[in-house]
Formats: sequence, structure tokens, C-alpha cells
Amino acid sequence: MKLKGAEILLQCLQKEGVDTVFGYPGGAVLPIYDALYKSEIRHILSRHEQGAAHAADGYARATGRVGVCIATSGPGATNLVTGIATAYMDSIPLVCFTGQVGTSLIGRDAFQEADITGITLPITKHNYLVEKTEDLARIVKEAFYIARTNRPGPVVVDLPKDVMEKEIDFEYPEEAINIRGYRVVKGYNSNQVITAVDYIQKARRPVIYAGGGVISSNAAEELRELAEKRKIPVTTTLMGMGGFPGNSYLSLGMLGMHGTRYANYAIGECDLLIAVGVRFDDRVTGKIDTFAPHARVIHIDIDAAEIGKNVEVEVPIVGQVKEVLAAINQRLEAIESEELNEWHETIHRWKEEYPLRYGDSSEGRIMPQHVIEEVYSLTQGEAIICTEVGQNQMWAAQYYHYKHPRSFLSSGGLGTMGYGFPAAIGAKIACPELPVVDIAGDGSIQMNIQELGTAVQYRLPIIICILNNHFLGMVRQWQGLFYGGRYSYTDMSHQPDFVKIAEAYGAIGRRIKEASQVREALEEALKVKDRPVVLDFWVEREADVYPMVPPGGSLMNMLGGD
Amino acid sequence: MKKHTLAVTVENRPGVLTRVTTMFRRRGYNIESLAVGATENPAISRITIEVAGDDRIIEQVTKQLYKLIEVIKINDLTDARSVDRELVLIKVKADNSVRAEIVQIVDIFRARIVDIGRDSLIIEVTGDSRKIEAIEDSLRAFGIIEMVRTGKIAMIRGGK
Repeated sequence: MKLKGAEILLQCLQKEGVDTVFGYPGGAVLPIYDALYKSEIRHILSRHEQGAAHAADGYARATGRVGVCIATSGPGATNLVTGIATAYMDSIPLVCFTGQVGTSLIGRDAFQEADITGITLPITKHNYLVEKTEDLARIVKEAFYIARTNRPGPVVVDLPKDVMEKEIDFEYPEEAINIRGYRVVKGYNSNQVITAVDYIQKARRPVIYAGGGVISSNAAEELRELAEKRKIPVTTTLMGMGGFPGNSYLSLGMLGMHGTRYANYAIGECDLLIAVGVRFDDRVTGKIDTFAPHARVIHIDIDAAEIGKNVEVEVPIVGQVKEVLAAINQRLEAIESEELNEWHETIHRWKEEYPLRYGDSSEGRIMPQHVIEEVYSLTQGEAIICTEVGQNQMWAAQYYHYKHPRSFLSSGGLGTMGYGFPAAIGAKIACPELPVVDIAGDGSIQMNIQELGTAVQYRLPIIICILNNHFLGMVRQWQGLFYGGRYSYTDMSHQPDFVKIAEAYGAIGRRIKEASQVREALEEALKVKDRPVVLDFWVEREADVYPMVPPGGSLMNMLGGD
Repeated sequence: MKKHTLAVTVENRPGVLTRVTTMFRRRGYNIESLAVGATENPAISRITIEVAGDDRIIEQVTKQLYKLIEVIKINDLTDARSVDRELVLIKVKADNSVRAEIVQIVDIFRARIVDIGRDSLIIEVTGDSRKIEAIEDSLRAFGIIEMVRTGKIAMIRGGK
């Protein structure tokens, strides 16, 4: 069959099971958009390429499938960069197609030419420049395979315009992928599993430290079995939220800089740390020498390069988290009921003594934490919560109990302001039956507020809760704590009327200044089915996120919340 | 810190060397020497990298390199029974009064004179790092005008 490159591309996408792509057209991708015009693939038009990348990311996180976005050459492609880096840091499978000038123009500084494979080299799992239409199908197939297997990540495929226009005899390459430098990890070291089982059964003060790997490996069930079989308390990282039910009696909530005191104390006192799908990030460990100082460490991860990167471990196990946990569970004997009593009592005492808490407003304003509590109270964990970055993100992690994997979407590694709203668009398109709420700050929301256009166009009932303190709150908090209270350029009092902005786009906007109206406003918003709702909560201006481990400090020495 | 020689087998494609060197730069490892060339298989190239570091650093370097899709195989030749060679060109000041002495040094090291100028000689040396450092030391007194090294290449002995 004679087909153009662009038509081959879309056929390949359908072979990969792609039904939705996020993108923004432009000169170099005209052939692709012409093919999309008559394709069954649904294209969601963002208002900025960064929005398309984050939406594809949100779609991927919410479903576990590969997210796909398309942008034109030059500025279109460079606008994807933040989205690609966000996905890379959080190991999210994306395939990003970028237009490129024609092959004869590459390297000549042609109009809208950018070396996007060069630019994205350190922030992609792999990338390709397709030089011949004949290579296209194989490359697309490889791109999806690489993006979703082993430790997932973004792959960029750069498509010169003439490669998309050229017509060739086409037959889909059915043969299996063979990349000699890339092998999918299968199995695990069973001796290490046996050692791990032995350590777990002997431990008197074990803790599970679970991260994003639990979610990307779809291992929440196996993790729960492990925890319940041995009654092991579980703390999750920001990326691991929802990997273990936050309302379980074994849950310690989040650990690290803004983790709970009881999670951090448990790390400090434990004799066995079972690290599952995590990378010992600095925001988690604090001062690395004081992290889990009394513990033997079992580290399970798909990426061999994560083992021993930041800490030395006694039992390294490279493998699919799901598979390794299942193997451990199989060999593990259920615990005798009172074996860990002492440990549970200690933790219980910490939980009683140091619950997450916050004071009343000094200005009669809404407390931001209260908004999150109400969102939880009304949705009970049966919703997808997206966040921006900063205080809003930390409160969303602390005060909402995530029950399911893929219900908390947040830029953990890169910390991208402007991530949450476009990610919510991707999540809502993926899961239209679930409520989708973006917890935002007044700073972050302005970084991709143009995506209101997208959400209104596709009639997506996303709720955006702006925790509006008229500050870049997290930076202000650090200026308050570590820079003598000099609020250098963090005052955001000059801000637009968010209600009017929402209305101008055709969304619903509402400003809430009274704590007594929070619940009712959220209830009303949850009833809306055909458009986004922007709730502008005017919250306590100088509320801080506590407790807190000062940067580089030990988890045992937290500020606040005592 | 100990120097390690890594033989990295990669796909012979544009951009592969950039991926490898970018990884070193991004993770803060320093390349001491680098040599790239074809192998007996035209689809495969060999990058020989000398990198300084303790075992932990070398382990990380190796793991990070393996994550690159186009890296096929890595061999650490440091402790292996291996042959390593480097080629160096040294231009040295050499007027008539010292020429004989330089020629003698060249003979001792089994190096070769490949060019004779009015006041200088170009010497070609092949050998392992120790030999090259030794001849460099011996010639320094005469005044080295210019020196260029290819970077080390290495191979395991025997049938492996």
C-alpha cells in the first residue's frame, strides 16, 4: 500500500493503541495535521505546547499508558522541554513527536529550526531523528517500547517535514523489536529475595518506604499484601502517594522534608528499611548519613543505576517491583499477632503526640489545609488530585488520604509550577467518570492558565482550587525561615481577578473568603458536568507548611507541628 | 584515584558519542582520555574511555552507560589481562648540539623520528601510558614545542 509518512505515523500510533494525542499545529507538522484531519485518533488542542506535554503526562499517570504529544519544529518543540523534563524526572512514559525542517535544510539555521534531539538529550530516555520514511514505523515502535518498559520515561521522535510527506510502499513491521543495547529486565536474584525474606521475618522495627516505582509497576496490591502479612508500617514518598492506602492503620503518610513526624521518626528508629521503587532523593532523606541510621536496607528497583547511587544497601534487588514483591510475599510467613507490638505502640504514641495539625487563622481567613480536608471529605479518595508546586502541593500531600494508585498527580522530581492544571486536563480526558481537582497556588496557576481555553473547549469539568495567599508561598516561607524575613519578590498582590478570567474563558469562577463557605462551594463545583470551575479561595496569607526538616538536616529534627 | 579503562561497545550511529560524553558531563565524571573508532563490525564502534574514580564511581559510570540505549557492552579493562596502547606525536626543540642525544633517547624507547625541521624534530611514540610518560620526561629538558596524544585504546589478551 502506498502511504505518506504522516499516514504511516498515524497507523503506527493506532497499532500502539493510541486513541488520544495532545498537541499544537505549526508549519513543520502540517502533513501530520492533514493526516489527523481524517483520522480516528482524537486530538486535543492545547493552548501552549507545554500544556500539551503536561496533559499527555497527566494522561499517562492516570492510566499507566503511554502519553502522546505533538508539537511543531523550533519554538513548538522547545516549548515541550519543561514537560519532557518533568516526565523524565518522574519516570513517566511519553512519546513526543516534534516537527523538524526538511532534511535538506537541517543544520542551515532554517526558519523554525531547533536541534531538539540535541536539546532533549539529557532529559529523555532516548530520542530519534527520523531521516528516512522507510525507518519511521520501526522507530515509532521502538519509541513506544522504550518509553513504557523497564524504568519508563519520555522519548522524543523528531520528524522532518519531507519525511512526513514522502510516499512509500508500506507494510507494518510485525517482527519483534530487537534493540541489542536494550533488554527488558526479567526475573530477579532469588538469593537476594531469600535474604530479604529472612531480614523481614527477623525485623522488630521494620518500615516500608515506597515510591513511584510501586505505581509505575502496578504493584499496589503486592505492597499491601506485604505490609499486612507482616504488619509493617508504610510511608510513601510524594511520588508514591496512593501506592498504599492512606487511610490504612499501617499508613504513616509521607516522609521527608514535609513528611509527618511519625514517618520520619519511624525511619530514624527502624531496624529494617524496605525501600521499594524509590531513589533516596534529597527531599526524602535529608542529611543522608542520618537517614535510617539503625537499619539494614533492602532496596528493590527496576533501575540498577539507582542501587547504591545515594546510599549503600545490604540487600539490593533489581527487578520489576511487582514481581519481586510477589516473590517475597510468597515466601513470607504471616506474622504472629503480637510480634511487633512494641513497635506499633511506639508509632501509635508518635501519631497521638504529633498528628498533622494547623492553627486557626490570625486574620479570619480560610486556612489552606482546611480546603484540602474538605476536598477529601467530599470525595473520600475517589477522585484524581493534581497539584501545582509549592505549599499547595505539600498540603495536598499531607491532608488528603490517597486510597488508589494513579489518584495523585504531581511533579515530584522537577517540581514544575504550572504542571497541575494541564495534567488535570489529561487525567480528565483519560478518566471522565472521576472527579478531577487541581490544587493550585495563585502563582502556579498563572503559569499555564491559558489551558482554561482547552478545558472549556472540550467541556471538561475540572475543579481548580486556587489556594490564594497572594504570595509565592513556599519561597516566602523559606525567606521567612532562612533569609531574615526579607520577602524578596514573592509578593503576588498584583494579580488578575481569577473569577473574571474564568468567566472570560467560559468557565465558572467563584471567590470564597469565608471558611464557612468552603464546603458548599466545593459541593456546587462537584455538581458541574460541562465546564471547568475555578474556585479562588482567599487563604491565610502567611500560613507555613509544617512540620519541616530544614534543608540538609536530619529527619529527627523537625520544625513545627509539635 | 585509580584510573580505569572502559571499553564501551556502541552502535555506530550519529550522536552516540554525544550521548556518552553528555552522561559524563551531566553526572560530573571526568574523562581522562577518549578514543573512538570502528571495529571489525561496521555497525559497531568502540569507545575507549579512561576515567578516574573509586570502585563506587566506576560502578555508577558503568550502570549509567548501560542505560544508554545505544550502548551494547562495557568491559572494564583495568584489572583484566589487557594490552593498552597510545600513540603520541612530540615536537621537540633540536638544534645540532642536542640532536644526537635525542636520537639516542628515541632509540632507547623504540620510538621513531617522523619529521626533521631546522631546529626541531617530530617524534612518534607508541606504547602504554608508562612508556609515554617516561619519554615525555626524558625529552622535556630539550623543550617540548607541541605534543598530541590519541587517547588510549585497549584489548583483552587471549581468546576472549
